[in-house]
Amino acid sequence: MILGVFLISLIYSLPNLFGEDPSVQVSSTSSLTQEQASKVESTIKTSGVTSKAFEFKDGRILVRFKNTDDQLKIADLLRDQMGSDATVALNLAPTTPTWLQNIGADAMYLGLDLRGGVHFLLEVDMDAAVKQAEERYSEDLRLAMRDKKIRYLSVSKDTDYIKIKFKAIEDKSAIFDMLNKDFKGLQVTEPPEQGQLWLKMSEADAREVKKFAVAQNMTTLRNRVNELGVAEPVIQQQGDNRIVVQLPGVQDTTRAKEILGTTATLEYRLVDVEHDVQKAVEGHVPVGSKLYFDKNKSPVLLDKRVIVTGDQIVDASSGMDQDGRAAVFISLNGVGAAKMGKLTQANIGKPMAVVFIENKVETKVENGQKVRHKEKVEKVISVATIQGAFSKRFQTTGLDSPQEARNLSLLLRAGALAAPVDIVEERTVGPSLGQDNINKGVLSFVVGFVLVVLLMAGYYKVFGIIADVALAFNVVIVVAILSMLQATLTLPGIAGIILTVGMSVDANVLIFERIREELRNGVSPQSAIYMGYDRAWGTILDSHATNLVVAVVLFAFGTGSVKGFAVTLIIGILSSMFTAIAGTRMVINWVYGNRRVEKLSI
Amino acid sequence: MMKNTHINFIGNRKIAMTFSGILMVIAIASLAIRGLQMGIDFTGGTLIEVGYEQTADLTALRKTLGDSGFKNATVQNFGTSKDVLIRLKLEEGVSSADLSTKVLEAINKNTSVPAKLRRVEFVGPQVGDDLAQDGFLALLYSTLAILIYISLRFEWKFSVGAIIATFHDAIVTLGVFSVLGLEFDLTVLAAILALIGYSLNDTIVIYDRIRENFRNMRKTSTEDIMNIAINDTLSRTIMISMTVFLVLISLFFLGGEVIHNFSIALLFGVVFGTYSSIFIASPAALMLGISAEDLIVPVKEGAELDRMP
Repeated sequence: MILGVFLISLIYSLPNLFGEDPSVQVSSTSSLTQEQASKVESTIKTSGVTSKAFEFKDGRILVRFKNTDDQLKIADLLRDQMGSDATVALNLAPTTPTWLQNIGADAMYLGLDLRGGVHFLLEVDMDAAVKQAEERYSEDLRLAMRDKKIRYLSVSKDTDYIKIKFKAIEDKSAIFDMLNKDFKGLQVTEPPEQGQLWLKMSEADAREVKKFAVAQNMTTLRNRVNELGVAEPVIQQQGDNRIVVQLPGVQDTTRAKEILGTTATLEYRLVDVEHDVQKAVEGHVPVGSKLYFDKNKSPVLLDKRVIVTGDQIVDASSGMDQDGRAAVFISLNGVGAAKMGKLTQANIGKPMAVVFIENKVETKVENGQKVRHKEKVEKVISVATIQGAFSKRFQTTGLDSPQEARNLSLLLRAGALAAPVDIVEERTVGPSLGQDNINKGVLSFVVGFVLVVLLMAGYYKVFGIIADVALAFNVVIVVAILSMLQATLTLPGIAGIILTVGMSVDANVLIFERIREELRNGVSPQSAIYMGYDRAWGTILDSHATNLVVAVVLFAFGTGSVKGFAVTLIIGILSSMFTAIAGTRMVINWVYGNRRVEKLSI
Repeated sequence: MMKNTHINFIGNRKIAMTFSGILMVIAIASLAIRGLQMGIDFTGGTLIEVGYEQTADLTALRKTLGDSGFKNATVQNFGTSKDVLIRLKLEEGVSSADLSTKVLEAINKNTSVPAKLRRVEFVGPQVGDDLAQDGFLALLYSTLAILIYISLRFEWKFSVGAIIATFHDAIVTLGVFSVLGLEFDLTVLAAILALIGYSLNDTIVIYDRIRENFRNMRKTSTEDIMNIAINDTLSRTIMISMTVFLVLISLFFLGGEVIHNFSIALLFGVVFGTYSSIFIASPAALMLGISAEDLIVPVKEGAELDRMP
């Protein structure tokens, strides 16, 4: 049994001995064709870079390289070539032989502090999500009342309530009917003032909105990360309102931050040509219009009604228009296309404006208080005269640079965030530091291991050597379990393994000291061994159990890399009980079993 | 190493208690007056580690940063003279999320050999508070769990004794960090928790022997029983401290700057943990009035233990 465990552990810890190849992964939402694959292959051949291997499997291409310079060079080349047809991602491909992969043996998953990359913790702005929902409700209420021909004075929203004001008392029952039928999520209060109803979202509804906001944001973030081209990203919810995003291998954190955090989108509106812009600037903005500014800070008066919003954009790509300006090519969904078609048809010859909207959230400390500033940046990026009716496909220009066009098209493709997010934690580790950490971790492990082995062998002689064998076995088991669980190995995780090496001989020390004691008391060698194991067992159980309790608490409350430390500690404590007791017992039985022993080498 | 020692640990408990008392007073005083040098994990802030090809010119770097508006940046070497650590506190009126980008731009603006980014850590104020709270809860719950476990397996006086010894280790180690002005971050917190586990492990082994002796040597006085137990387990206590100490030394010298403080905390922790298991845990239980009667009732317990496989 013990040998079986040892063999299995050995096999599953094997993949960690094989290194990783820097590689480039090309994939697409739809499978890549053989034709595309051959094109990629020839591009690499003509570039003069020699690749280690070229794999085309399951519609994905994986190219391995000897070093990261080659990898980066090819990745850049392929990105230009593939454009938005496919995502080109940098990856580290394990060199595990196929027979090991076939039995599910993979190397440990290295944490960001070891492989390099970015870790972001994003906080979803829940208040904004609820506020948006309330705004939607207000709009829906207006529409519903207009539909039902209920004469209302106003629907307004203040901090606590959506307030409906109406003229005739007899309309109240009609409003109540409508609310009960179509707006079950709203709680109604009747204020002392006549002709008013105050509405508030119910707790359950608000909770639902928040849950949806986080889920929707995760989907959007996943899309955006895919667009960025990251192999093996991690996107997970943490707590009620936070999302962890881990991007292994990403170095350009500025771009990553821009892409993840922004809620940039577009809106198309007609320009209000009937009123005077100058008057609006002076403060007389006509009802039904809104004052905007373009990039040169000149005022533009736009119609309040939005023709299409970013939600209705189904596809977007970037490129150059006929005049060589950066442009975004847009495709609308059915509803958007119909609306756009109708409006452009009716307004040929009139100007239409594209508004670029970006929500920025900043956390600042003011007077010792943490204040979050939300800023909605709205600017008109282009005003153009409608030359003819168009609906589904069209282009938008007026962006500052091709880079901006690329980012915007990416954001439009990936979808909008349901609520603004704020980066509340960032941890970036450069690739050189990652490799450094691995090297230092391995070195200190080896040195620590050798020191313990020497001490044990020197002090307990043959028994010490047996304990050393068990210790090595223990390390193999820990690595095997970590690999099987695909647990993330971090630098503190390595520290945990090193600490385990120091602590896992504890059980053996306890047993051996007991054996020595029994020998001193004049017990025969064979029964000393028996009694040593027997008597030490209770102590080992209690001492390890308390240690385990602490490690589990550490796991429960630890975050990130500290969790990695706790995981290795827990696995180490458990497996050391097995190896140090059952493992050594077996070997000792081989060495001293079934014969008369005069003296023990202990 | 230590064969048949007969050291009167319990009889000399006053000396140990006084020594520990002094240590505790110094540690608590330092924690109260100087406090802990909290890392950005708990305070929030930005930390940027960059590497240069040659020895970094810290003075020039400080000037560049100051000129670029980062007045409160602290700049120091990290590990080697080529690596530089820049710390920025959370500041009034400054948005923090993209601070690291701006700093890197600033220091690379005027140099021919740009610094290589090795590491960025940014912790927002909300997260810092949460991490601190989680850390505190972890300490609280682990203490509770230990209290319950030892009370169930042994006796409440033992469990209080173990907690006293463990707290002693944790506070003195924190005191060391306070006195030396070492940075207290998440990894150090993890080390403190690991040290609690380690110190307990040591204490439990001795308690276990005391319990055994109580059952086997009914006529002996409590004080003698404790002395015998501590002496009998002394060589194991020292042996295991040495193995753990050895791996920690290796980690301290070779593990790199990132987990330096982690290994320092554990190194001190192992020393104090070993000391307190011998000199504090048992006398504490004695002072609480532990006696043979407390352990006679669950005498069957040992027989009910699971046998080894």
